[in-house]
Amino acid sequence: MDQNARTALSVSGVVVGMVAMSFAAVPLYRAFCQVTGWGGTTQVAEQYADRVLDREVTVRFDASRAKGIPWEFKPAQVSQTLRIGESGLAFYEATNMSDEPIIGSATFNVQPAKAGQYFMKVDCFCFEEQLLQPGETMLMPVTYFIDPDLDDERNLDEVREITLSYTFYRNEDAEKREGLNAERYASR
Amino acid sequence: MSATDHVADSHADHDHKPGFWVRWFYSTNHKDIGILYLIFAILAGVVGGAMSGLMRIELAEPGITFLTNFTSGTPQQQLDSAKNFYNVLITYHGLIMIFFMVMPALIGGFGNFFVPIMIGAPDMAFPRMNNISFWLYGASATLLGLSMLAPGYGEEIGFGGGWVLYPPLSTQGGPAMDLLIVSLHLAGVSSILGAINFITTIFNMRAPGMTLHKMPLFAWAVLVTAFLLVLSLPVLAGAITMLLTDRMFGTAFFDAAQGGDPVLYQHLFWFFGHPEVYILILPAFGIISHIVSTFSKKPVFGYLAMAYAMVAIGFIGFIVWAHHMYTVGLSVNMKAYFVAATMVIAVPTGIKIFSWIATMWGGSIEFKVPMLWAIGFIFLFTVGGVTGVLLANAGIDHYMHDTYYVVAHFHYVLSLGAVFAIFAAWYYWHEKMFGVKYNGLLGGLHFWTMFVGVNLIFFPQHFLGLQGMPRRYIDYADAYAFWNEISTFGYYVTVLAMGFWFLGLIQAFFFGKKGEAQDNPWGEGATTLEWTLPSPPPYHQFNELPKIK
Repeated sequence: MDQNARTALSVSGVVVGMVAMSFAAVPLYRAFCQVTGWGGTTQVAEQYADRVLDREVTVRFDASRAKGIPWEFKPAQVSQTLRIGESGLAFYEATNMSDEPIIGSATFNVQPAKAGQYFMKVDCFCFEEQLLQPGETMLMPVTYFIDPDLDDERNLDEVREITLSYTFYRNEDAEKREGLNAERYASR
Repeated sequence: MSATDHVADSHADHDHKPGFWVRWFYSTNHKDIGILYLIFAILAGVVGGAMSGLMRIELAEPGITFLTNFTSGTPQQQLDSAKNFYNVLITYHGLIMIFFMVMPALIGGFGNFFVPIMIGAPDMAFPRMNNISFWLYGASATLLGLSMLAPGYGEEIGFGGGWVLYPPLSTQGGPAMDLLIVSLHLAGVSSILGAINFITTIFNMRAPGMTLHKMPLFAWAVLVTAFLLVLSLPVLAGAITMLLTDRMFGTAFFDAAQGGDPVLYQHLFWFFGHPEVYILILPAFGIISHIVSTFSKKPVFGYLAMAYAMVAIGFIGFIVWAHHMYTVGLSVNMKAYFVAATMVIAVPTGIKIFSWIATMWGGSIEFKVPMLWAIGFIFLFTVGGVTGVLLANAGIDHYMHDTYYVVAHFHYVLSLGAVFAIFAAWYYWHEKMFGVKYNGLLGGLHFWTMFVGVNLIFFPQHFLGLQGMPRRYIDYADAYAFWNEISTFGYYVTVLAMGFWFLGLIQAFFFGKKGEAQDNPWGEGATTLEWTLPSPPPYHQFNELPKIK
C-alpha cells in the first residue's frame, strides 16, 4: 500500500471512530446522568435514610403535560417542608379528560439540578406506565427523602427549596402493546 | 524552477486541456474543481442572500405585510403560511450560507486551487475523489432544494425548525425534514472526502524541503480545518441519522415520552456545530495572513505562533460546545467550566489578531483592494470576537440567549468575517486564477459600500438584542421598529455593493484584457509558490518539483 492510501485509510478510521462514538454517546450520556444526577436526574433508593438531620428543606411540586395527552395533571399539595433524611409522601392527581383509555408515562427532574444526586425516590408513579380509563381520576403517590449526604456538600449549602417536576407524555407504544387503540374506542 | 520552463524532453504539451464537457464535468484537475466550487458558492450565495432579503424586507416594519405576497387562501391562512415561510427562510438561509456558500468557497474553492500549488504539489492526492466531493455537493444541493418544496409542517412546505434541527420539531412533520437529513448526509460525505484528500495531500505531497514548519499559513489553516471536519462531521452524521431513525423506524433517541432525551441531540449537534464555526473561519485566517503580509511587504509576524494558534483554536473548539446551550439546565459547575473554556479561545485568537497588526506595524503598506478587505475582516472579526467573549458568560447569556444580540455576534464573525475573507481572497487571487486584472475602482466601491452596508444591517441588531428582541420571529413589538428599519436599509446598501461586484465580474471576464496578467502583480511581498507560476497557472504545474531552501 502506498503512502497516500495509508494516510487516507487512517483518516477514514478516525471518521468511522467518530461515527461510532456519536452512537456510543447515547448510552454513555444516559448512564452519566443517572450516576451523577447531572441535569437534575433524581436517584432511586431501595430503603429510607439511616439518619435524620435538623436542617429543613422545602420540596415544591410541579406538574406539566406534553402535547397530545388529554389529561389533567396537578400536584395534590403545593409544597412539603421536611427535615433532611426524613421520608416524605406526596400525591399527584391525574384525570383522563377524554373518552378513551390512555396510557401515560412521566419524566421527571428537580431544580436546582445539582440537588438531583441527593433526591432519593423510594417509590414513584413515574417508575411505571399509568393507565387511566375515560373520565377516571387517580391519586398517584411518590415517596422520597433527601439524602443526608447533601448536608456534607458545601456546594449545596444554600439549598432551602427543591422543586420536583413531572411531565406526563402519552405512551403510544404501551397503548399499542396493551391493545388500546383510538379507532377501536372511537367506534363504540 | 518554474515547471513551464521545462519542456525539453516532454513527450506531450503538458498544458493540453480536454474539451469543454470532459474538462468541466469529468474534472479531476484541482484548479478546475476549485473554479467549479467557486461558481457553486456564488450561486448558493445569491440564493442565500436573496433569502435574507426576503426576511429583511418582512422585518422592515412591524406586522406581517410582505411574505403574505407569496401565499394564498383566506387572510388567516395567508398569515399562517407567511409565518411558516419565514421560518423556512431562516432555516435554509443558515444551511445554505454555511454548507453551500462559505465552506465550498473557502475550502473547496480557494483550498483546492491553492493548497496544492502552495505546497509545491502537482495536484491533490486523490483527483478522482476530488471530483466525487464536488458532485456530491450538487446532489446535496438538489435534495436541499427539493426539501424546500416538500410538505413540512402540515400542508405548509419546507422545514422551518431552524438550521440546528432540534427535536422535537425535527422529529415530526412531513418529508421536508427527511430530504434535508439526506442532503446534509451527502454534504457531510463530500466534506469528509475532501478533508481526507487535503490531509493526505498536505502530509505526503509537499515539495522537497517544504517542511510543515515552512508551509504557508493558508495550507496550515486548511490542514487544521480538514482535521476539524473529520472529527466533527461524523458526529453530525450520527446525530441526524438518529433523527432519521426516530422519524422513520420508531426509535426514541430524542423522544422524552419514550425515554429519550432531546438535550442529547443538542449536545451531539453542538459537538459538531462549534468546531464547524472554526471550520468556516480558519481558512479565512490563513488567507488574511497572506494578504496582510503581501501588502505590508513583510513576512508574517510570529509565523509559528500563527500556525499553532490555529491548532490551539481547533483543539479548544472541541471542548466548548455547551456554551450554545446554557439555557437547557446545565449545573452551575458545568456552566463555570464552559464559560472558562470558551474565554480561553480568546487567547489564540488574540495571538492571531495582534500578529496581523504586528505584521502591518512598520511595514510599507499598500491599500490595494485585497488589503482593504483584509483590514475590514480584522476589524469586523474583532467586533464579533468581543461580543463573543461577552456572550460566553453564562449569566449574561441567560438574558441574551436567542436574541438579536446573538444574531449580530455570529454575523459579525461569519457573514462579515468569513465573507470579507472570501472577497479578500477573490481579489487577491483574481489575476492568478483568471488571468485578467480586476477593476480597482469597482473593487474599491464594492468594499466601501459593503463595509457600510453590512455594518448598517448588523450593528443595530446589537441594540435590538440588548432590548430583548428575540430571534426567529416574523413579527416584533413596535418598540423595535426603528433599528429594524435601519437594518433593512443596510440590506439595500449591501445589495448595491454586490451590484458593484457583479459589474466587476462582467468587466473582468468580458472586457478584461487577456495576456496582461503578470506572474506576480503584488511584488516582493508575495512570496508563496503560486506567484512563481504564470497567471493563470498551467493546466498541470510542477512537473519538476520546486525545491524549497
